[in-house]
Amino acid sequence: MSEDSTNRSSVDQSTAEKPAVGLFVTCLVDLQRPSVGFAAVKLLELAGCSVEVPSAQTCCGQPAFNNGDFDTTAALARQTIAALESYDYVVVPSGSCAGTLKCHYPELLADDPDWAARARAFSAKVHELLSFLVDVRGFDVSSLGTQFDGTATYHDSCSGLRELGIKQQPRTLLAGVEGLSVAEMEETEVCCGFGGTFCVKYPEISGRLGSDKLKNAQQTGANILLGGDLGCLLNLSGRALREGIPMRMFHTAEVLAGMAERGIGEEAK
Amino acid sequence: MKVRSPEFKVRAAAALFEPNLQKALLNAKAGFQGNRAKAIDLVPEWQQIRSDAKVMKDHTLENLDYYLLQYEESVVANGGKVHWAPTAADANRIITELCLAADAKLVVKGKSMVSEEVALNDALNAAGVETVETDLGEYIIQLADEPPSHIIAPAAHKTKEQVSELFEKAHGGPRIDDRVGLVTQARQVLREKFLSADIGITGANLFIASTGQHLLVTNEGNGDLCSSVPKMQIVITSIDKIVPTLEDAAATIRLLARSATGQHISNYTSLYGGPKAEDELDGPEQYHVVLVDNGRSTMLGNAFKDMLRCIRCGACMNHCPVYGNVGGHAYGWVYPGPMGSVLTPNMVGLEHTLDLPNACTMNGRCAEVCPMSIPLPDLLREHRRLQFQRGLGTKVSRAGLALWGSAALKPKLYQGLSRPAIQLMGFFGRKSGAYKKLPGLSGWTSQRDLPAPEGDTFMAQWKKQQKAKNS
Repeated sequence: MSEDSTNRSSVDQSTAEKPAVGLFVTCLVDLQRPSVGFAAVKLLELAGCSVEVPSAQTCCGQPAFNNGDFDTTAALARQTIAALESYDYVVVPSGSCAGTLKCHYPELLADDPDWAARARAFSAKVHELLSFLVDVRGFDVSSLGTQFDGTATYHDSCSGLRELGIKQQPRTLLAGVEGLSVAEMEETEVCCGFGGTFCVKYPEISGRLGSDKLKNAQQTGANILLGGDLGCLLNLSGRALREGIPMRMFHTAEVLAGMAERGIGEEAK
Repeated sequence: MKVRSPEFKVRAAAALFEPNLQKALLNAKAGFQGNRAKAIDLVPEWQQIRSDAKVMKDHTLENLDYYLLQYEESVVANGGKVHWAPTAADANRIITELCLAADAKLVVKGKSMVSEEVALNDALNAAGVETVETDLGEYIIQLADEPPSHIIAPAAHKTKEQVSELFEKAHGGPRIDDRVGLVTQARQVLREKFLSADIGITGANLFIASTGQHLLVTNEGNGDLCSSVPKMQIVITSIDKIVPTLEDAAATIRLLARSATGQHISNYTSLYGGPKAEDELDGPEQYHVVLVDNGRSTMLGNAFKDMLRCIRCGACMNHCPVYGNVGGHAYGWVYPGPMGSVLTPNMVGLEHTLDLPNACTMNGRCAEVCPMSIPLPDLLREHRRLQFQRGLGTKVSRAGLALWGSAALKPKLYQGLSRPAIQLMGFFGRKSGAYKKLPGLSGWTSQRDLPAPEGDTFMAQWKKQQKAKNS
C-alpha cells in the first residue's frame, strides 16, 4: 500500500481478489476520534477488503453546503471524487457524510459537463460503513467473538436513516456482539439536535433536542448509547456531560471491532 | 400582519422555557404523530397514492393557466363569480368592496390561512365590518388577539386552562373548566353569530376546475354554517389549490385528513359550487371566489415550484423537532414550521426571514411525512444558497466559512494546520476528557461540553503506520 497516494496503487497478487476500498475518513473522525477510522479499517479488512486511505481528502463539504456556499461544496466534491473514484468501493464511517457523497455530489455537479458523469459513477461506489458490511459484504460479527458487556440503545442518525435507508444494519451487526443487548428508545428516529452548524447557530434549541434524546435513552435503562455518526455522538456526549447524565458513548464500529475502551468525552485512565 | 421573523432567535429561546406552551406542544405532538401513523398503517397503498398525487399536482401546476380559466368558466356557469387578486392588498380591497356593497355589518368566518396571509380581518375591521372567527381554534386566538401558531390547529399553543380564562373574560362567568362545557359555550355564542351574519367567508382546501366547485373540510361544521346560512358566500383561496377533476380532489383528501389529524376523512367534507338555485330553499344568494396569487406565480417559475404542491396538512410541522419545541409563534408570521420556512421568505422577503431557512437541522423528517413529496430540506437549503449569494447573514460566519473552505481545498495545508491544534487540544483535554469552555466555541460550549480529541489526527497516525509497515 502506498502511504501517500491520491489514486489506487497497483494491486499485488495477495490482494488480487479482494475488493479495494478507499476509506473516506471524514473530518470529525480525522480530528476528534481517529479510533473510529482504525476500527473501520479493521472491520473492512476482516470483511475481506483491502483498504487504502488516500491522503488528498479533508471534509465532504457539508458545512459549506448547508450554509449555502455551493461553489466551495462543488470544489470539495471534485477533490473527494478525484481522490477516491478509482477504488471498487468508497466507504465512509458516517451516514451524513456518505449521504453527501452519494446523494448530493451528483446533484451539485449535474450541470458540470466534465464532472456530472464522474459524480454519478462515484456515487454508485459510495457506502456508509455499517450498511456496507451487512449489505455488500454479508459480514458476520459473531465469528469474531467480540465481547462488550452492557445494555446499549441505538440512535438512528437522520441522514443515514433517511438518505441511505440505514436502520437494520447496525442492529444486525450489534446482535453479534457477545454480552451486549440493545434496548430501543422512544423516538429513536428523531434528530439529536446536532445538525452540523445548526448546533452552534441555535444552541438553545439544539440543547433541548439533545436533552430530549438523552431522556429517551435513559428511559430504556441503557448505560451505553451507540450510533453511526460522530457528529451526533459528540453532541450527545457533550450534552450528557453538561447535564451529569452517565451514558457511555461509542461509534458502533469501535464496539464491533473490539476497540471500545475510552468512551467519547471520558477522562483518560 | 407584522413580520416578526427577525426576532426568531429570541422568541424561540424564550418559548423553550414557557411551561404552558411546552405542555401544549407536547400534547399536540403526541396526538398528531400517533394518529397519523395509525391511520396510514391502515392504507397499504399509501406510497402509491402519494406518488400519484404528486404527478397529478405537477401536471396541474404545469398547466395552471389552462385549469384556472377552466375553473372560472365553470364557476360562471354555476352562477358564481371569480375575482382575481394578484396581491394581498387586492384580495382585501375586493372583499371589502363586496362587504360594503352588501351593507354588511357582521361577517362569520371559517378557518382560512389565506385570509391570515393577507390579514383580511384587519382590512374588514378597518372598514367597519365586524368579523367573527367560527373555527374553535381561530375563535380562541381571536379572543386572545394572537396569530395562529399552527396551520390546522391555530390554538395548538394554548392549554385548556388558558382557554377557560379567555372564555371567562369574553363571555362572563362562571368559569368553565371542562372541555365539553367550553365547547358548548362556544357553540352557543357562535350560533347567534351564524344566524345574524350578513356574509360568510371561508377558505377552500381545494377547488375543482372541471366542476367549478370548492371543497371544504372541517371537524366542527362551522365552515358549512358559514357557507349556507348567510345571504352571501365569499371564498378566499390561493391559485395553487386547484385540481382538475373531482377524482383528483378525492385522491387528495385521502392524503389530507390522514396526514393532518389521522382521520380517514374529516368530520365534514363538503363540496360547494355557486349560489342557491331557484328551486332550492337554502343557501347563499351570491357566490364569490377570490383567487389570491401573492407571489405564487413567481414561485411557479423558480426553484420553489415544488412548494406549490402543498395541501396545508401540517404534517411537516407536527414532525419537526424544532417546531415541536418552539411552537409556531417563534417563526414570526402566518405559516410556521418547515412549510412556513420555505413559504415565508418567498412572501415577505428573504432579507426579513434570515433565520427561518437556517433554523432546521436538515433531519429530513418533514419530507418523509409530506403527503405531496415536497423536498422541504432541499428548498430550505435553496434559501440558504440565495442568502449566501446575496451576501445576507453575518460577516463573521461568512469569513469563517471562507477560511475553512480554502484550507479544506488544500489537503496538505489543512492537515498541516489541523494537526498541531488537535494535538494541543488532545493534550490539555486528556485528563478531564472534555472542555467546559473554549475561546471562540461558545456556540458549542454554552450548551454542552466539548469532548477532547484523542490527541493526533487519523491522517498523521495512518501515514506513520503505513511507513512503518513499508520499511
